[in-house]
Amino acid sequence: MHLSADDWSAIRLTLELAGIVTVLLLMVGTPIAWWLATTRSRLRSVVGAVVALPIVLPPTVLGFYLLIVMGPDGPVGMLTRSLGLGGLPFTFAGLVVASVFYSLPFVVQPIQNAFMAMGPRPLEVAATLRASPWGSFFHVALPLARPGFITAAVLGFAHTVGEFGVVLMIGGNIPGKTQVLSVQIYNHVEALEYGQAHGLAAGLVMFSFLVLLILYSVGGVRNTLGAGR
Amino acid sequence: MTDLQLVCRLPLADFALDVDLTLPGRGVSALFGPSGSGKTTLLRCVAGLARAAGRVQINGECWQDDGRRVFLPTHRRALGYVFQEASLFAHLSVRANLEFGLKRIPAAERKVGWDTALALLGIGHLLERGTQSLSGGERQRVAIARALLTSPRLLLMDEPLAALDAKRKQEILPYLERLHDELAIPVLYVSHSPDEVARLADHLVLLEQGRVLASGPTRDLLTRLDLPLALDEDAAVRVDATVLSHDDTYHLTCLGFAGGHIQVTRKPLAVGAKAHIKIQARDVSIALAGDNRSSIVNRLPARILGFGDAAHPAQCLVRLEVGGAPLLARITRLSRDQLGLVEGMSVVAQIKSVALLG
Repeated sequence: MHLSADDWSAIRLTLELAGIVTVLLLMVGTPIAWWLATTRSRLRSVVGAVVALPIVLPPTVLGFYLLIVMGPDGPVGMLTRSLGLGGLPFTFAGLVVASVFYSLPFVVQPIQNAFMAMGPRPLEVAATLRASPWGSFFHVALPLARPGFITAAVLGFAHTVGEFGVVLMIGGNIPGKTQVLSVQIYNHVEALEYGQAHGLAAGLVMFSFLVLLILYSVGGVRNTLGAGR
Repeated sequence: MTDLQLVCRLPLADFALDVDLTLPGRGVSALFGPSGSGKTTLLRCVAGLARAAGRVQINGECWQDDGRRVFLPTHRRALGYVFQEASLFAHLSVRANLEFGLKRIPAAERKVGWDTALALLGIGHLLERGTQSLSGGERQRVAIARALLTSPRLLLMDEPLAALDAKRKQEILPYLERLHDELAIPVLYVSHSPDEVARLADHLVLLEQGRVLASGPTRDLLTRLDLPLALDEDAAVRVDATVLSHDDTYHLTCLGFAGGHIQVTRKPLAVGAKAHIKIQARDVSIALAGDNRSSIVNRLPARILGFGDAAHPAQCLVRLEVGGAPLLARITRLSRDQLGLVEGMSVVAQIKSVALLG
């Protein structure tokens, strides 16, 4: 099985994209998950529903609206242009932004579940032991929610690796810039290069299986993905 | 300024917590009442975990005063809190759990030493263990030590024994008594067990539906027949006694208290040592003065102060005075009438058994 230079470039780009997106998602998703897990605000269900939208929406719908919002006449597009950053569509940065939205629920929900399963007690205990709210968060909440974070990181990563519709709408198919693995597989199939498509597709299957296998054998996933505790 | 002033008003689901209490600034004060009477809520308000309207002042130190817009968040209050479940941090070892609070207070404020806390609770051998491998009793002891190591100016304990079985309770009670005897930290102790209260508390607050029914020295309240405590199956009095002598022939230890002498099965206590004993109402019977022959060793002259209802309608409680010390007896109404017992009468209290509280 021989992988072309474009194939390797797609693999590298995909891993890079998924890596950056996962880090960003953990940073963005943790406060959202915390808020959703602890707030009594009536906005909670609204925000929860918005975060979960990408689970049910066809990726093309999400990609379509992101394209419009980030396009030259969209609010985000105008903002990035006025800041001298240029347009986001058909760039790697655009892919990163789109992927963050696309994979957000897969990161927020496991973390939120982990925080909720933990309940308020550990934080109350920490407060009675003189830990400030930030101290409690970093030294108690985060470590106790670790299984949730592992699940979130793996799901966020894997889900970003597997995205297709959003990439196509936002990023197109530019080799070395936005041509990721899933799009490359599509290209091979279009060109009837089944052998090469197999090479990448089978690799992706193996990768996904290995990741999940490690997760399930470590045991981190059961708490947050399974039927509760 | 050596007192605890607690003024808390907070609407709850079925009733309102409405408490205005001044408690002694030292020793153990128990908050006693049926479940759902607002005990835990009151404790949480003192800790700042729940927010009531009012004022919390601990030995002169103000934690909350709505009049002056003062409300310290929990982590700025010098308190220790022991929850019903030990609530140890599962991601930390026993040692790290203990250090969690300790390292957050300035070295100058560390009054309870590491070794002292470990020795008091007997947990020195558990330090390197994970929290999952501990028994229920061990977990609670670690939790208590963890709270103590913050050198609190007030220790709050929310039914620390409720989640344990009887055997574990017996395992922990002596440690709690040592806390009481060896550390000068005032304790607010929530409980619904008359047994624990009799054993540990110096001062007692009876709560019902969020209100204070009575507040006073434990010994007085335990024998008040108008309070629900006496209705309990385990109604008892606590007596502070001193070891007078040991009898080698009959293997008995003689204890002296305000009302005279009591003989108990021999205990490994030094002569002159203090002993707290508990005498349950069900273990005290009444005989008319005059007949001295009985298998019961402890027979003390007593005077009847009054009668009250017991849990079962067949029985009644008799409040007795033995040389100034109060005593409760639970007898049947039938015996009361057959013996013609009336208030002010001199009788003999026969004490069938006595529990040594250590």
